[in-house]
Amino acid sequence: MLLSHEFRLRHLTATALLAVFLVSAADAAPQATLPSSPAASAQGAEPGSDPRPVAQDPRAPEMFRLANGMGVLVIPDHRAPVVTHMVWYRVGAADETPGKTGLAHFLEHLMFKGTEKIAPGEFSKTIARNGGQDNAFTNYDFTAYYQAIAKDRLPLVMSMEADRMTGLRLTDKEVLPERDVVLEELRMRLENEPVALLQSAMNAKLYGKHPYGRDVIGVKSEVEKLSTADALDFYRRFYTPNNAILIVAGDITGAELKPLAEKYYGSIPDRAPTYVRKRPAVEWPKAPERVTLHDPRVQEPTWLRFYPAPSQAGAGPREAAALDVLAEILGGGTTSRLYQALVVREKVASSVQSWYDGDNLDAGDFGIYALPRLGGNLADAEKAIAVEVARLLKDGVAADELDRAKTQLVASDIYARDTQQTLAYAYGSALMTGVSAREVFEWPDYIRAVTADDVLAAAHKVFDKSNTVTGELLPEEKP
Amino acid sequence: MMRRRLLSFCAALAAFSLMAAPAEAMKIERVVSPGGIEAWLVEESAVPVIVMHVSWEGGSASDPKGKEGIANLASGLFDEGAGDLDSETFQKKLAATGAVMGFSEDRDYFEASFKTLADKRDEAFALFGLAVTKPRFDPDAVERIRAQIATIIARNMEDPGWIAAQDWYKAAYGSHPYARPSDGTLKSLAGLTVADLHAFKRNVLARDNMKIAVVGPITPAELAPLLDRTFGALPAHARLPKIPEVKVAAKTKTVIEKRPFPQSVVIFGRQGLKRADPDFVPAFVMNYVLGGGSFSSRLMEEVREKRGLAYSVSSYLVPLRHGAMMMGELGTKNASVGLSLSLIRKELARMAAGGVTDKELADAKTYLTGSYPLRFNSNRKIAGELIGIQTENLGIDYVDRRNAMIEAVTKEDIARVAKRLLAGNELIVSIVGEPNMSEKLPEGTKLRPMPEPTGRPTEGAPGASQ
Repeated sequence: MLLSHEFRLRHLTATALLAVFLVSAADAAPQATLPSSPAASAQGAEPGSDPRPVAQDPRAPEMFRLANGMGVLVIPDHRAPVVTHMVWYRVGAADETPGKTGLAHFLEHLMFKGTEKIAPGEFSKTIARNGGQDNAFTNYDFTAYYQAIAKDRLPLVMSMEADRMTGLRLTDKEVLPERDVVLEELRMRLENEPVALLQSAMNAKLYGKHPYGRDVIGVKSEVEKLSTADALDFYRRFYTPNNAILIVAGDITGAELKPLAEKYYGSIPDRAPTYVRKRPAVEWPKAPERVTLHDPRVQEPTWLRFYPAPSQAGAGPREAAALDVLAEILGGGTTSRLYQALVVREKVASSVQSWYDGDNLDAGDFGIYALPRLGGNLADAEKAIAVEVARLLKDGVAADELDRAKTQLVASDIYARDTQQTLAYAYGSALMTGVSAREVFEWPDYIRAVTADDVLAAAHKVFDKSNTVTGELLPEEKP
Repeated sequence: MMRRRLLSFCAALAAFSLMAAPAEAMKIERVVSPGGIEAWLVEESAVPVIVMHVSWEGGSASDPKGKEGIANLASGLFDEGAGDLDSETFQKKLAATGAVMGFSEDRDYFEASFKTLADKRDEAFALFGLAVTKPRFDPDAVERIRAQIATIIARNMEDPGWIAAQDWYKAAYGSHPYARPSDGTLKSLAGLTVADLHAFKRNVLARDNMKIAVVGPITPAELAPLLDRTFGALPAHARLPKIPEVKVAAKTKTVIEKRPFPQSVVIFGRQGLKRADPDFVPAFVMNYVLGGGSFSSRLMEEVREKRGLAYSVSSYLVPLRHGAMMMGELGTKNASVGLSLSLIRKELARMAAGGVTDKELADAKTYLTGSYPLRFNSNRKIAGELIGIQTENLGIDYVDRRNAMIEAVTKEDIARVAKRLLAGNELIVSIVGEPNMSEKLPEGTKLRPMPEPTGRPTEGAPGASQ
């Protein structure tokens, strides 16, 4: 079984951006990308707004609210004397005003520049001097900053993060070179990557005028013009405790964290009104759309299709779980229907995969991609996929494949809990996109509860309409 | 959903595991089975997941001449049917346990990673044991995986980072096995046979070249018999070719592969140090200051922070078994390749001539020692560390000794090792893109004015550059 390319594509399906791309001897440095999910008001999902515990389980995260209303989530993990500290702002690329795209991500880079207390560039150096690692990421619905560090340095990183919540200082001297850095990042992630260019064009067709239709990193011609004043305006409007949550995962309890959180974050007054995200509804395509991209750098073609789908917040956890199971049965791995049909039996593809992405707030998508065998063509793969989708709609799913898919999804959820940072990310991105911490904690139960009828209903919801966006990446046309 | 969110985040966070120090309480046990198979175990019950990593000496550099890509082809086939189970049956049984196994190779090692839920332990280990001891290599599976690899090879040839790396290795190592692509070529791939796969399995997957690390809720008494059941049927001795020692020639060479990418990918490097070299630890600290320390390194400061020329620039040590490199990479718009490279060369020369300052050394030590525990906060990471420590022969007490070795590094050590690694201007550089090699930016390209010093202490002597 070989999955390298599949995962590479998988990660390209969404876009969150890191402040720095790390490469080291020990580690291959992968792309930093992520999807995220859901609904109009995230109020119900905010830590502290729901007085019930996440669950009656000692491993469940603990939630509380600070004096100024800022929400806090604590995820215990006592294996090593380290913590992951994250502050999440409920603002992302989908909250930018037209003409200023890329601003959320640009500001994320500029947050490392300095405050009255911290000289420009000293933020990360101070963290490193204390044995910590830090970075930040931006997506459509959120921007987040994190540090992984020894537990005893937590007060230090909290004081620094709280300081830059309201104390950022920017001048052109730091801002303008950083804008060039962001443009280099755009070249690396987008312009140098033909598949990313294809997905960018497909998202524009799928989400239309909704902000999910553009790249998190922004439109190049607009990024080039972003100014210090733009960044400071955005910062003052959105970076305020009433628009942020704190997540700490690691060797700490709620009782230990609470006084520290009150001291550093609970004392910051709100400096702007609570931001309520009101975005235009997604207007899905009215008819099938197709994007065909020819690129001189490409020899081997790629096929992709996006189907409109609800976000997890829009669909609710039961339907989202059914969509996950559907994606697993249809194209999750080597025992999936698409792999068995296209790769094993008909030999028209070398790999094929399907996924459900419900991790953004307003809308999601269901995706399928296929790479033909050398010398193969996209049309054969597309036809074979259509046959499998039709067969699933007609006959539903069998008990054994349902069980297998659920087992694999539950197992991978448990594996993911092995890593502190990924766990903190899962909770944070959920809370930013209208999904409750309880849903994250209880996700294996939602998966276990999915029935064959649920999967079929989800399949009808996704596949009955024909308003999909199909993408083809092809070599340059020969004259 | 968790899975969705988490899978995607793994990519973002792989950057996390730079260096590492351990949980104070972490205890590494040497478990030896009745049959004499050794594994290092960390018992850890926080999550119900058992992770096992296995490493066999004998990676793609051991591929016989004309059989390039055999290790890689094999890596795709160990979970494609074993014993009485054909591919589909094997995969379905594996999926029903929820266990995950993966095989991969690098130049020196063939590796397996395996994880299972604790309550499926015995079934999952049995499947893994079958995979490594009795793989079938059925012709239909072989052809399918061969076709997948062919697609990957063809697609790699479109990837600027992959091309630049291949070009660099070729320029540095010529006809040595390290210069060959691990995946093989389309031509060599086409010639590989089922007999070659069985020969690979027989030659490489043996007991005397194998290292095992296990982390999770399992006791030594439980693990010991499992080791025999899982690995006992492997042959006692591997049959590996002798790979010649090789050095990167001290020469200046720039290989440019013109492709229409707006951003050039640049790889640079020269001879490095083997892991067993007494200067390796000082070199590691030196490299942190030079280009290993993400936001904190000199290369980041000069190329990214001051001038905005790149999103990523870094340097790193690559100690292989039979050779070693000091390497770095950069992505910058075509117009600024020459300028960025000249800045990098200046920094290499400045390090060679002046070493590091007291403050840089102190900061490097507090980072490298303080962040060591971050390498041990998941079962997967712990297993990876235990394998690395075993294959490098660092000793089972390395985790406890490691920070003291970093602390002991002096400025003089770094000056010595910097001279050893970086003196002279020789650098092998490979570039993919449409680079402007002039240090001057083309007409019409603006470079931001150099910012004023920000009050940070100046690093090194200003006149030290070449």
